[in-house]
Amino acid sequence: MTESRGEATQASATGREVNDTMSEARKIRLLVAKPGLDGHDRGAKVIARAFRDAGFEVIYTGLRQTPEMIVSAAVQEDVDAIGLSCLSGAHMYLFPRIVELLRERGVDDVIVFAGGTIPDEDISALKKAGIAEIFTPGTSTSVAIDFVRTHVRPRP
Amino acid sequence: MEIIERIRQRDVRAIARLMSLVENNAPEATAALKELYAITGQAFIVGITGPPGSGKSTLTDQLTKEFRGGGKTVGIIAVDPTSPFTGGAILADRIRMQQHSLDAGVFIRSMATRGHLGGLAKATGDVVNVLDAAGKEVILVETVGVGQDEVEVVKTADTCVVVTVPGLGDDVQAIKAGILEIADIFVVNKADREGADKTVAELQAMMGLAPGRSDWSPPILKTVATQGQGIAELAQGIFAHRAHLDRQGLRQTRQRERSRALFLELLQEQGTRRLLERASANGTLEQTIERIARREMDPYSAVEELLAKAGL
Ligand code: B12
Ligand SMILES: Nc1nc2c(ncn2[C@@H]2O[C@H](COP(=O)(O)OP(=O)(O)OP(=O)(O)O)[C@@H](O)[C@H]2O)c(=O)[nH]1
Ligand SMILES: [Mg+2]
Repeated sequence: MTESRGEATQASATGREVNDTMSEARKIRLLVAKPGLDGHDRGAKVIARAFRDAGFEVIYTGLRQTPEMIVSAAVQEDVDAIGLSCLSGAHMYLFPRIVELLRERGVDDVIVFAGGTIPDEDISALKKAGIAEIFTPGTSTSVAIDFVRTHVRPRP
Repeated sequence: MEIIERIRQRDVRAIARLMSLVENNAPEATAALKELYAITGQAFIVGITGPPGSGKSTLTDQLTKEFRGGGKTVGIIAVDPTSPFTGGAILADRIRMQQHSLDAGVFIRSMATRGHLGGLAKATGDVVNVLDAAGKEVILVETVGVGQDEVEVVKTADTCVVVTVPGLGDDVQAIKAGILEIADIFVVNKADREGADKTVAELQAMMGLAPGRSDWSPPILKTVATQGQGIAELAQGIFAHRAHLDRQGLRQTRQRERSRALFLELLQEQGTRRLLERASANGTLEQTIERIARREMDPYSAVEELLAKAGL
């Protein structure tokens, strides 16, 4: 039950839901993070808003995050997924490092996906390194949203 | 229970997972909260509230630095609103708190209101208890940007800091009646902006009009959170208020009030839920409602009848 106290009684008393969007069984929590030094944050903000509008709880940590900071935030926030955005070209170091740190901390139920200016030739290496999917410029946000919805691990 | 042991050992992942279970109202959460309850009540809880964009997160960040400097461990709960249209939320308070993200003595958790009114999420009190049980000495609770009657933080915090900024209007528009009354400490943040002294004077005048609280008169402090100015004084003010609470035995009083509120709330919530479950089991609830709608029965007798059937 995720409704507010007052609404909860009202809703069940009338057999109607006061607000369907609020009483969805479990919210998916997503961390949107920008690793490294690049200041291109438009894409990350677009993604954060798109996921919010799709009903996700999006934790946005802002620019210039080290892999350590991202993993620490992901653990404290107990997110279901991490979406990384990188337009600086440093993705081949930053993305795998984040997956590695997650593994080191024993986190195996969080999916990591990413977007930004990632050349096609890097994608298969990144996937091997544990990035579940890459969404390059031009992909519709709804594709990424569907991807997360279908791949997020069920939890209580 | 394994999770209890891990929380006592300050295991970050266990703490974080229990918070999610609590937020999602999972049965495991209630079981864990039952076991942890006895070791809660140790932390000092500070509420930070005020209008949107007034600098609550920046102040929370700076206060955390100050408390860490004093050797205290800190838990932060930062609440942001859920969109009523989509049910989603962007939780962005953390952006201002990044300097603590690698400090093992600080635990930061963002929460969405999920439709709960009052400036906090429904589960905020329980999440505070989890941090308390996990040994955090000071817990800072940042509310959503509030208007005037979102004052629920007063039920959670030992000390309430109400933040305002200069230039919100001719009189201190954004902190009217409700908010004014819950302040243990006023902060005029963004004091680098024009009009800070005027805002302080206005607050003083408003407090002169407020019903007298003889035991504690809330100090009005100026800060520039982005530059760390006035933060040491704010921390001192918080500790002074805490000393005041201790001196007067008021912390126990507040804890008793909080226990009462929590107990009554749970009772009300679960009592109603069980009654409704029972009443709707065989469709009688809908039938009764239908009869009330057709004026065949009055709602007052219907309620009495239902309670009588439950033996109440
Ligand atoms: C706008 C822009 C800027 C703006 C940034 C404004 C801002 N706050 O974001 C400004 C002018 C500041 C800027 C500066 C620079 N830029 Co610039 N910039 C661009 C430009 C033209 C568009 C980027 C953009 O905003 N696109 C719109 C957003 C919505 O799209 P997006 O970020 O790609 O995101 C989409 C997808 O990639 C995906 N996505 C992105 N992130 C994520 C995350 C997840 C989880 C998911 C699912 C999807 C996803 O979904 C989004 C929506 O479809 C690109 C060129 C390009 N074609 O990409 C260059 C570009 C990124 N910039 C570049 C460079 C080199 C720079 C500078 C270094 C230039 C300089 N020498 O000073 C500086 C560096 C600034 C810094 N501090 O890092 C290069 C990067 C080269 C590289 N990767 O090796 C590019 C590619 C231009 C180029 N072709 O050379 N830039
Ligand atoms: N000039 C000035 N700007 C400040 C000060 N404190 C905070 N800010 C800026 O005000 C903006 C909002 O600060 P936050 O700390 O996010 O405010 P908030 O009250 O937490 O905002 P919400 O959580 O969205 O309600 C940021 O751009 C800060 O950098 C200050 O003392 N002076
Ligand atoms: Mg904030």
